[in-house]
Amino acid sequence: MRLYTSWGRYPPSNPAEVLPLSWVSEPPDFDQCSHPVLAYGKGRSYGDCCLNNGGALLDTSGLDRFIRFDADRGILRCEAGVTLQSALRMILPANWFLPVTPGTQFVTVGGAIANDVHGKNHHKEGSFGCHVLSFELLRSDRGRVLCSREHNKDLFEATVGGLGLTGLILWAELKLKRICGVYIDSEQIRFKDLEEFFELAAASDESYEYTVAWLDCAPTGKRLGRGILTRGNHSNTRTSNIPVKRASSLVRGLNAPEILISRPTIRAFNWMYFHGHFRRIATSTVYFENFFYPLDRVADWNRLHGRRGFLQYQFVVPYEKREAVREVLQLTADSREVCALSVLKVFGAVHSVGLLSFPRPGVTLAMDFPFRGPSTLDLCERFDEVVKRNAGVVYPAKDARMSSETFQTYYPGWTKFSEFLDPRFGSDFWRRVVPTTRGAGT
Amino acid sequence: MTRRVLILGATSGIARETSRCFAAEHAKLFLVARDQEKLAASADDLRIRGAESVETFQADFTDYSEHSVIIERAFSIWGGLDGALIAHGSLPDQLSAERDFAALRRAIETNYFSVVSLLMELAKLFEAQRNGVIAVMGSVAGDRGRRSNYVYGSTKAAVATFAAGLRARLAPAGVQVVLVKPGWVSTPMTEHLRQNFLFASSEQAGRGVYKSMISPRAVIYLPWYWRWVMAIIRSLPEPTFAKLNL
Repeated sequence: MRLYTSWGRYPPSNPAEVLPLSWVSEPPDFDQCSHPVLAYGKGRSYGDCCLNNGGALLDTSGLDRFIRFDADRGILRCEAGVTLQSALRMILPANWFLPVTPGTQFVTVGGAIANDVHGKNHHKEGSFGCHVLSFELLRSDRGRVLCSREHNKDLFEATVGGLGLTGLILWAELKLKRICGVYIDSEQIRFKDLEEFFELAAASDESYEYTVAWLDCAPTGKRLGRGILTRGNHSNTRTSNIPVKRASSLVRGLNAPEILISRPTIRAFNWMYFHGHFRRIATSTVYFENFFYPLDRVADWNRLHGRRGFLQYQFVVPYEKREAVREVLQLTADSREVCALSVLKVFGAVHSVGLLSFPRPGVTLAMDFPFRGPSTLDLCERFDEVVKRNAGVVYPAKDARMSSETFQTYYPGWTKFSEFLDPRFGSDFWRRVVPTTRGAGT
Repeated sequence: MTRRVLILGATSGIARETSRCFAAEHAKLFLVARDQEKLAASADDLRIRGAESVETFQADFTDYSEHSVIIERAFSIWGGLDGALIAHGSLPDQLSAERDFAALRRAIETNYFSVVSLLMELAKLFEAQRNGVIAVMGSVAGDRGRRSNYVYGSTKAAVATFAAGLRARLAPAGVQVVLVKPGWVSTPMTEHLRQNFLFASSEQAGRGVYKSMISPRAVIYLPWYWRWVMAIIRSLPEPTFAKLNL
């Protein structure tokens, strides 16, 4: 049996059983299963929403078939375990692209829906769920249910961003995006502080499809909030030549020593990265994988954080409350925790369809912290105070630690969402944030 | 050139991945398996992945009378075949095969009898065609009888011996016979086993089978390191081997 961990590898969690799924025509028999169940795709959720301690995981990686592809209209129907990578490899030669893609292509379509993921083009296209036309859900109480904006709309909206708790997604149909080539015209611009970032982002979001910023979170004082903004558009350079590169991998199952990610190493790395190009603006035309998925080149990069894993804290606050970003950065600088990577983006106004969807208009910041015990958790608690005070929310797909009160403050829609829970489904995340839920591990 | 390939046991985990490799080069595929719904799902998937044409044929391989029908149909539909893969099989539960003759017989029927019956039919038509590749799934389990799975292992050893003889017979006709010996592969057949670092993914194994059919070799281990693992295991003296709980 393979290991079923989350991407952050915190907290530890062990399923009592794993049911591998291979065929849509051979669905799992929920009555055979005495534990609460949860679909598990590629384990790329950072926190515990993909974990089911003492429960049963439905491994969907065998549900990886394409069902229908309309190359004229750009509509793809595929099973839930298809990864974005295999979808891309199939649709790119026909000049189609994913309308929204997160920072890794190693997630499944089912996972992308359940977490209603977003990408560098949120300001133009909204979240992944905005482009899902329909899907079929397998429920323990109702059997197979077709969900779309026309059929079972309530269940559709609960399932998008529904963290896999409303049933098992068997297949989904996506509306793709027309492109003319696999290259991106990209620009990288250094900014010296947050004011400059917000100006740049406002100036870029109109004419650039993709924008995102890397923050150097090591310096304090005047240099707090400096970083590099990356913006890009699909290039008109036509090419049929699609190189396929394999990800390099760390030695399987081996963790880096914790000393690797420490204040001095991160400070040195960030300094080099920040000063990586001589001019303030660097332009290049890059292969889409290098633009969208730089981290995918190291297959097990989560193990760089060491044996105890890591936490990612991602929140969004309304645009007018964007000073909260500075406050959070300041808290980080004042703490002893090491922020290994932080990413900043301005979300646009496109409405997410999901009841529990995270993306909404505002500014989002994501930060990775190697887990170093209670002090890391304390810092996240202090972040929560800032985020709550500024009418923000935290991203459940990234979360492994927020309290139930905090979650329920962030997502008042959870009570309505609860009506759509599949009675046989459960997860570590849900038992944590809604502790009254029945299920294993409680 | 568009390859025309017959896949017997097309819904198995390794065959799925091998078929996808052929689909990516726009081959024509003839899929045979027992379950109609699974066949249809596989065919749709392979067409979308680039296969120029996909035909399906529903059959139970323990119905031997069907074998000649299947093979003849596969040969006639595109006027010949460039390759055939026999990928069906089952991993019997060793203990029940020891206790229950019916289970023992079933294991041998599925993993040996049906395989050699299909090989004989394939040999006839490939020999007449005077080119092509026949690949058949063996297993590292066939390299030495181990107490944990010698029923399965013996059927695979028999397939290996059969394939060696058939290879010699068909060589003058220019037809190649490839024996594929996978080690542990994560597929539906092995999902109940506890996986360790020696397990290969079905993608890895399926691609290996594809490569072995494109540039044929007599015997191929998947992944390659099993050749050396099994060389060691075969060289252990019998008294030592008997003491090991393998």
